[in-house]
Amino acid sequence: MDAHRAPLTSRGWRALGYGVPLAFLALFFAFPLATILERSLTSSPLDVLSDPVTRGVVWFTVWQAVASTLITLAVAMPAAYVLGRFAFPGRGLVRALVVVPFVLPTIVVALAFLAILPDGIERGWAPILVAHAFFNVAVVVRVVGTFWAGLDPRASEAAATLGASPWRRLREVTLPLLAPSLAAAAAVVFLFSFTSFGIVLVLGGPGYSTIEAEVYNQAVRAFDLQAAAVLSLVQLLCVGATVWVTLRLEARLAVSGYLRSEEDVLRRPRGAREWAVVGGSLGGLGLFLGLPLAVLVERSLAVGDGHGFEAYRALARPTAALLATPWEAIANSLLYAAAAAAIAVLVGGLAAFAVASPRGSPVLDVLLMLPLGTSAVMLGFGFVIAFDDWPLDFRSEPWIVPVAQALVALPFVVRIVAPTLRAIDVRQREAAALLGASPGRVWREVDLPVAGRALAVGAGFAFAISLGEFGATVFLARPDNPTLPVAIFRFLGRPGELNAGMAYALAVVLMVVTAASVFLVERIHGRLGGGLV
Amino acid sequence: MLRVEGVTVRFGPKLALDDVTLEVADGEVVTVLGPSGSGKSTLLRVISGLQPPDAGRVVLDGRDLARVPPHRRGIGLVFQDHALFHHRDVRGNVAFGLRMRGDSPRDIAGRVHDVLDLVGLAGYEHRSIATLSGGEQQRVALARALAPAPRVLLLDEPLGSLDRRLRDRLLEELDGIFDTLRVTALYVTHDRSEAFALGDRVAIVREGRVVQAGTADELWARPVDEDVARFLGLANVRAGEVVRPEAVRLTARDDARGGNGVVESVARQGPTVRVVVRLDDGSELEAAVASLDHPRPGERVEVEIDPAGVSGFADNAGS
Repeated sequence: MDAHRAPLTSRGWRALGYGVPLAFLALFFAFPLATILERSLTSSPLDVLSDPVTRGVVWFTVWQAVASTLITLAVAMPAAYVLGRFAFPGRGLVRALVVVPFVLPTIVVALAFLAILPDGIERGWAPILVAHAFFNVAVVVRVVGTFWAGLDPRASEAAATLGASPWRRLREVTLPLLAPSLAAAAAVVFLFSFTSFGIVLVLGGPGYSTIEAEVYNQAVRAFDLQAAAVLSLVQLLCVGATVWVTLRLEARLAVSGYLRSEEDVLRRPRGAREWAVVGGSLGGLGLFLGLPLAVLVERSLAVGDGHGFEAYRALARPTAALLATPWEAIANSLLYAAAAAAIAVLVGGLAAFAVASPRGSPVLDVLLMLPLGTSAVMLGFGFVIAFDDWPLDFRSEPWIVPVAQALVALPFVVRIVAPTLRAIDVRQREAAALLGASPGRVWREVDLPVAGRALAVGAGFAFAISLGEFGATVFLARPDNPTLPVAIFRFLGRPGELNAGMAYALAVVLMVVTAASVFLVERIHGRLGGGLV
Repeated sequence: MLRVEGVTVRFGPKLALDDVTLEVADGEVVTVLGPSGSGKSTLLRVISGLQPPDAGRVVLDGRDLARVPPHRRGIGLVFQDHALFHHRDVRGNVAFGLRMRGDSPRDIAGRVHDVLDLVGLAGYEHRSIATLSGGEQQRVALARALAPAPRVLLLDEPLGSLDRRLRDRLLEELDGIFDTLRVTALYVTHDRSEAFALGDRVAIVREGRVVQAGTADELWARPVDEDVARFLGLANVRAGEVVRPEAVRLTARDDARGGNGVVESVARQGPTVRVVVRLDDGSELEAAVASLDHPRPGERVEVEIDPAGVSGFADNAGS
C-alpha cells in the first residue's frame, strides 16, 4: 500500500528530506533576516525613513524600475511576436541565444555598457535603463513568446472574419489574451530592475542608487548598519507588495481559453513583407544584444591605439587592486561555485524529494521560495551582522561564501527538480511495485534515474548563478580570496588603462565560463525536454 | 453567388486542396462532406481569406476576392470548437462584428437581442463564456457569425464536439434558421447524416479534391465510384454495380444444402435489421430486412436481388 508513496518511504528519509532543508533555511536565512529586523528596530527607524536621501533613493528605485520595464517590453515585443507566430529556420537557435544576456552576471552586463557607451554619458540613469532592458529582454521574449505560440490563432482569425482590421485584432483580441503572460513577464522585469545591484553600482555613478545598492553603500561605505537594516526592510516590503499585486492581477487577467500546441499555431512567414518583419525584428534585437558584448571583448583587447593580450597577460601578475592575482580570483570563483552547487544540490535535492512526495507539505515548498523574494545584498548583509559573534562567528570563514551563493541558487534547484519528480506517473511506481520492487528499489529504479538528470541541470544552474553572484559575495569574500565579480569591481575602482583593461578581460573570462556552463546545462535540459525560462 | 475556381493549396509537399471548383447560389446551403484531413477546413480558410491559395480564385458576386483581406470580405465563419472570445461575455462576442462595422450602441443592443433570441439564448447577454455548456457555446458562435448578416456563412464542423442528442436537436434548429434567414452557406462536416439533412447540395471531398457534387438523391442514385458508394454507406458493390441493401431479398431454407448463401451476422440498426450473408461463391452481401422474422446466423438462405435496386457508377454511365 505504501509503495506508490515513494520517493520518501521510510520515516528516516522523510525526516532527512524535511530536516536538512529546514535547518539550513533556519540558520542561514531566517536567522540573518531576524537579525536585520531586530537591528532596524533598535532605535527609531523613522529617522532613516524621513531622511530626504532615503526618499530620493526609494523614488529613483521605483521610477527606474517602471521605466526599465516599459523599455524592456518595447524592445522585446517585436521578437516575442515573431517567435509566437512564425516557424522559420533557426527559430530554436534564436530562442536559445536571446537568453544569453539574462544568464550573464550583472557585473558583466554593466561592464559591457561601460565599454560601449562613449565617455561622459556612460554613467547615469539612462545607461541603467538600457542595461536593464538588455538584461531582461529574455524574460519578455521567452515568457510572452512562448505563451503567444500556444495561443489559439483562431480567436484573432474569428475577429478578422467579423471585420476587425489587423490593428484592432491586436488591441481587442490578442493583447487581452496575452495579458496574463505580459503581467507575469513585466512583474519579473520590474522586480529584477527594482532590486538591481551590480548594474546600478557600476553604471549609477555617485548620483543614482537603488535601495539595494544603498544598503551596500550604507553598510560598507558609511558603516551605518541601522540605515542599511531599515532599507533592507523597506525593500522586503516593496518586493512583497509587488508579488502580492502581481498574483492578484494575474488571477484577474487569467482567461479560461483553450491553448494549443505550437505545431498547430506556428506557420512559415508568407511573402516578402512577413519575412521582412521577421528579419527586422530579430536583426534589431540581435544588434542590441550582440553589440555591447562584442565591444566588451574589443575593449579587453585594447592596448593604447592598437590591440593585444596585454590585459590578459597581466591577470597572472599580482596587482595593487587585490590581495591576490586575478588568476587566483578565477580559481576562487570556480571553487566557490562548485562548492555552492554541491550544497544547493544536496539541500535542494532533499527538499525536492520531500516536496514532491505525495504526502509532501506545500509549506516547505513556499518556504523554499522565500530566498527568491529577498535580495542577495540583504542576505550578504544579514550574514555579516548575524554571524559575527561566538558561537556563530562564521563571517570570515571561507565556506560562508558558497553557503550564501547556495542559498541564492536553492530555489532554482528545487524548481527544476521537484516538477520533474512530480511528473513521474504514479502508475510507474505501482507497476514497479507489482513487478516485485521493494519501496527502496522503486525509488532507485524509477525516481532516481529521472531525478539524476534534473539534479545535474540544477547543479549546472547553481554553478552558473554562483559564478556571477555579486550582491552577497561582495560582503563576504575576504580581500585575499576575491571572486571574479568582486575582482572586476575592485579594478573598476582604480584609475589607469591597465586596470580598466583587466576589468574588461576578467568580464570576458566570466562571460565565457558562464556561457559555457549554461550551454552544457541547456544540452542536458534540452534532453529533459525543458526550456530555460 | 459564391464561386471557388480551381483553388489549390500546398502545405510543403502535401496538397491540401487540389484544383477545387465549387459554386454556392444565393440562398443555397451546400455541405462539404469528407473524412478528416481531406482539406475541408482549408477550403473554408481560403474562402474567408485566412489562407491564401497557391492557385485559383474565390469570386463573390462577380468580384475576385484575391486582394480583399479577411476583415473586408463580409464572409462569416463559425469555427470548429467555436473559437469564442473568452475574455468577453456573450454580448461582447455577439456584438463584436457589429462594433467593427461601426454600428451605434443602440442598434448593437437591439441586434444582439434579436440574434440571441433567434438562436434560443435570449437573456444570455451577460453570461461569461466559461459558464456555458458546449451546446450554448455553439449557439453563441453561430449568433456571433450571424449578427453582422454576412453575405456568405461558412461553418466548419460546428456540431463536431457535441454529443449525439444535442447534435440532432441543433441540426434541426440550424435547418430552421437557414430557412428563415435564407442564408447562403457552405457547411463542412464528416458526418453523412448532417450533410444530407442540411445541404441543398452535397459536395464529397477526398484528399483535397471534390470527387462528386449533387443533390442527395443524385449522389445516392449514382455514386461516382466504389469509395464514394462505401462512404455513403452503400456497402454492396458487385461487378461494377451498386446493390442497395433494401433490394436484397432473403428467403430462409430449412435444409443444409438449399439456397445460395449462409447468414454470417445479424445486427439491428433502428427500424431495419442488417444481415450479412456469405454467398457460396465466397463474396459478401448486405441486406436490410424490415421484418421482425429475419434469418438467424448460420441459417442458409436463398438470396435474390431486385434489379430496380441496382445501379452503375456515375462515371461509368456513358461507357
